Amino acid sequence: MLQFALRRLGILIPFLIAISIVSFIVIQLPPGSYVDSYVNNLRLQGNVVSAEQEGNIRAMYGLDKSMPEQYALWMGKIVFAGDFGSSFRYNRPVAAILMERVPSTIILSLTAIAFTWLLAVPLGILSAVKQYSVWDHTLTLIGLVGLAVPGFLLALGIMFVVYQNTGWLVNGFFSPPFREAPWSLAKVLDLLKNVWLPILVLTIGGMATITRVLRATLLDELNKQYVTTARAKGVPEMTNVLRYPLRIAINPLLSTLGWMLPAVVGGEIVVSKVLNLPTIGPVLLEASITQDMYLAGGIVMILSVLTVFGTFISDLLLALNDPRIRME
Amino acid sequence: MSDTTTSAPAPRPKKVQDRIDRLRAQYSTGGDRRRQRAEQLYSASQWQLMRAKFGKHKLAMVSLYLLILFYVVAILADFIAPYDPQERSRQHIFAPPSAIHFFAPDGGFVGPYVFDSRTRVNPKTFKYDLIVADNADMNPVVLFPKTDPYLLMGVIPMSVKLFGTTSRQPVFLLGADNLGRDLFSRIVHASRVSLFVGFGGVLISFVLGVALGGISGYVGGKVDVIIQRTIELVMSVPQIPLWMALAAAIPAEWTGIQTYFAITLVLSLVGWTGLARVVRGRILSMREEDYVMAARISSASSWSIITRHLIPGFTSYLIVHITIAIPFMILGETTLSFLGIGIRAPDVSWGSLLQQAQDVVVLSNYVWLLWPAAFVVAAVVLFNFIGDGLRDAADPYAK
Amino acid sequence: MTPSASLKSTEPRLKVEGLKTYFFLDHGILKAVDGVDFHVGEAESVGIIGESGCGKSITAQSMLQLVRGRGQIVAGHAVLRRKQGEMVDILSLDPDSAEMRSVRGDDASIIFQEPMTSFSPVHTIGFQIGEMLRLHTKLSEAQIRERVIAMLGRVGISNPEVRIDEYPHQLSGGMRQRAMIAMALICHPQIVIADEPTTALDVTIQAQILDLMRDLQDELGMSIVYITHNMAVVAENVSRVYVMYLGRVVETTTTERLFKDPKHPYTQKLLRSIPHPGRPVERLEVIEGSVPSAVDPPRRCGFFTRCPSAMAGVCDAAIPALTKVDDEHWARCFLLSDEKEAEDEWSSL
Repeated sequence: MLQFALRRLGILIPFLIAISIVSFIVIQLPPGSYVDSYVNNLRLQGNVVSAEQEGNIRAMYGLDKSMPEQYALWMGKIVFAGDFGSSFRYNRPVAAILMERVPSTIILSLTAIAFTWLLAVPLGILSAVKQYSVWDHTLTLIGLVGLAVPGFLLALGIMFVVYQNTGWLVNGFFSPPFREAPWSLAKVLDLLKNVWLPILVLTIGGMATITRVLRATLLDELNKQYVTTARAKGVPEMTNVLRYPLRIAINPLLSTLGWMLPAVVGGEIVVSKVLNLPTIGPVLLEASITQDMYLAGGIVMILSVLTVFGTFISDLLLALNDPRIRME
Repeated sequence: MSDTTTSAPAPRPKKVQDRIDRLRAQYSTGGDRRRQRAEQLYSASQWQLMRAKFGKHKLAMVSLYLLILFYVVAILADFIAPYDPQERSRQHIFAPPSAIHFFAPDGGFVGPYVFDSRTRVNPKTFKYDLIVADNADMNPVVLFPKTDPYLLMGVIPMSVKLFGTTSRQPVFLLGADNLGRDLFSRIVHASRVSLFVGFGGVLISFVLGVALGGISGYVGGKVDVIIQRTIELVMSVPQIPLWMALAAAIPAEWTGIQTYFAITLVLSLVGWTGLARVVRGRILSMREEDYVMAARISSASSWSIITRHLIPGFTSYLIVHITIAIPFMILGETTLSFLGIGIRAPDVSWGSLLQQAQDVVVLSNYVWLLWPAAFVVAAVVLFNFIGDGLRDAADPYAK
Repeated sequence: MTPSASLKSTEPRLKVEGLKTYFFLDHGILKAVDGVDFHVGEAESVGIIGESGCGKSITAQSMLQLVRGRGQIVAGHAVLRRKQGEMVDILSLDPDSAEMRSVRGDDASIIFQEPMTSFSPVHTIGFQIGEMLRLHTKLSEAQIRERVIAMLGRVGISNPEVRIDEYPHQLSGGMRQRAMIAMALICHPQIVIADEPTTALDVTIQAQILDLMRDLQDELGMSIVYITHNMAVVAENVSRVYVMYLGRVVETTTTERLFKDPKHPYTQKLLRSIPHPGRPVERLEVIEGSVPSAVDPPRRCGFFTRCPSAMAGVCDAAIPALTKVDDEHWARCFLLSDEKEAEDEWSSL
């Protein structure tokens, strides 16, 4: 097992390098450079920027060097100094913005993933065990419709219904009076009063897929010989399903666990825009619109790195669950 | 048979006996129909089977017809939408859906008409209220009213619309927006972008997916490893942030058409990976099968093996995949445009129309602004139902 | 134990009468098992033989009510003498009931044919074998482990104390089948149904497995029903044989007489299609045609379409009954008797 983990860890390194290159490309994508925007901004504010000064600024950001050198410089700063460059819009280091926003994003996403699994797995089992029953048809129907409602619409819809009926406007994580307040019981209650909506929306978003995948794989497994063997031993039906076929049917879900994180984060970005959450989503959106590319690239990179670690964890879980993978 | 009987056989439990009786009753009738079906089953080709099964899937069939209707409306948008999507009416800012009356105020039937009306800001609530005068004029809503000449689908010169009023008072089927533009006309026009973005995107990701997945599976070796690693890399970059970053890179001065194709490209850049993986998996398992072996031994070229033997082997799967992929593209476009990094004004898509519905407080006053959402959801649900039906039909082992 | 001795045993361990297991498909009823009678005596071995698709495996699964989904046992009785000696009609039990589960594995167990797919790939052999004891005894975990190791050793697995913690994919095919036998026998069942126990194995290993089962039978005294398409398994291991064709038993007698004096045309053809030791082989016969579909089969002799001595107007007009040739021999053919099989409420469906 340890060997397996180390081997998987070894694969991660070239992956992380590749991801950093992708992020770097993202930063380089917009026509014009960071310094162009920066200098333009200075000029708009009425400053006089000479060609020499502009050249100096370019040199400071290493823009006078070749692409590979620029990449090395950028990566070097990140790895050795935790310096992701600075945001031209917020006029702050990107790293500081990441520190502020990423943790809440991760906590929110992980909570949503936990709820998704907690609800989707039992429903998937129910749907498979009672195939073609009323339950199964209803769940399939809800799933198909659920897949069709984008997260932001769901958030908007629920917000709208809540506002219409109670006048309560779900907004951010905390109501205004508690935003700057120190932690207290009241603040926690206020958090719960707000946070249920993004969690609900993100949970529903992921549920349909998981339920459907689990139903399909479990249906395949239920027809396997080893299930009949267990039945012939006198294993009660529900124990049988949970102990044998589920253990194998859960594999495809475990292997996508790593990819669930980016999906949820993606959904979170859109939902947080509607709900005005202080997560990384609105920042990335704004960075994208204003072409604040160091910030955008930094966020893409951090999220990708998280995903890669997510896949690593899901590989480990997969190996724990299935000895054939562990021993290959 | 045996000479000994030591215990009398016991009856079955009621639950089991009930099931047996029910099955017997169920199979006592309709034997001919079943036999007919059995005969069809033995003689039908795979495609006939699939079509027959799909035909039996009522929900999927109804969805297919409705979806075709959606696309016809999108193609004939200029004719079906009564107004130009940019046409503003300053008197009708946030006008609610028009009340269409059939009976005159005195009670006689006069056919559909709308009253003259306008909206005005209520100084207390700051909300636009609809004002209808006591003896407002009646404006008949007619079929094929004359309009300014236009080109249908860019080629056919026309000067009538499907419906509308003949006076200056417009009919707002689904209400008007913040500039007094007819929401129905805007939705109909937007459906062109929103419904067709799926096709373009799926086409690109389909070609990429089948080509790369096919090469990966068929050639194998180093090429396979490189392609597989690329796929894993693309998959591990979170989709929506990548979309955003890429969409952000689209220059602001690009025209609507350019932006549209750029968005399509962005959407498909991420979508091909799933298909590539599946195609590779199928090819890997199929190239070991006897008939492919036989073709190879008889020294058929790689190309003919791929096109004649491998691709037909999973065509049904590809069709299913496309029906599932298109709605994802539609949702992707909607999301990007909703966030303001997709289709830009003056072009309209369902997502960009929904930007106006972002604010719940605005929404609570003018709830009809959510109409574009209904169209998005409807289109995607229809695709999902069709995909579900196709998946069942394509699976030879399903019931 | 001689065949005649077992025939005399007055009280069968298991007696099956009129078993019908149907599958209710969209395009008709698949009559997989359509009226099967057989019985097994104390410590006796009998064989059920037939081509694939004749319903023999479904017969095996019906004995423990393992048929699921679209399948349903619609008629018949299977009276089993349980460990404490009480008689129970298995088919009168609710398939999902605790009583039915207490029969499975403890009183009657099945050895399945595919040792690879019959074990869960993600649980150790030891866990899966031990589960039998966990379900049917009150032994402690330590005692269970001890018993499993002992049983694994008994079925000829070397290093059982190591093997117990291994996964199915780490064992060879032969080893897996030994583990399967260990699992089926660990609760000392009254009757074991061996469904093609050696089909998936190499010939040399087949012989070892069959030897092992004979030894265990002598030691534990259980009855065995061998379900197979392999004449060699039948010839060497069982006292009586039931020949199945298209869901029915068409002939049954002692092994010796079956080989010497088969009465049913199908059995005769079947025996001529296999090589006989000591007889020079010129050319093996084949049975022309294939087994007809069991979906909505017409009311006629199932072998009608392939039978060399089929009589038009007789064999295709009704189904012959299984009639007595003599005390030890029964067959189902209009050449031997005019008697027709009685109809029931399913015959016209």
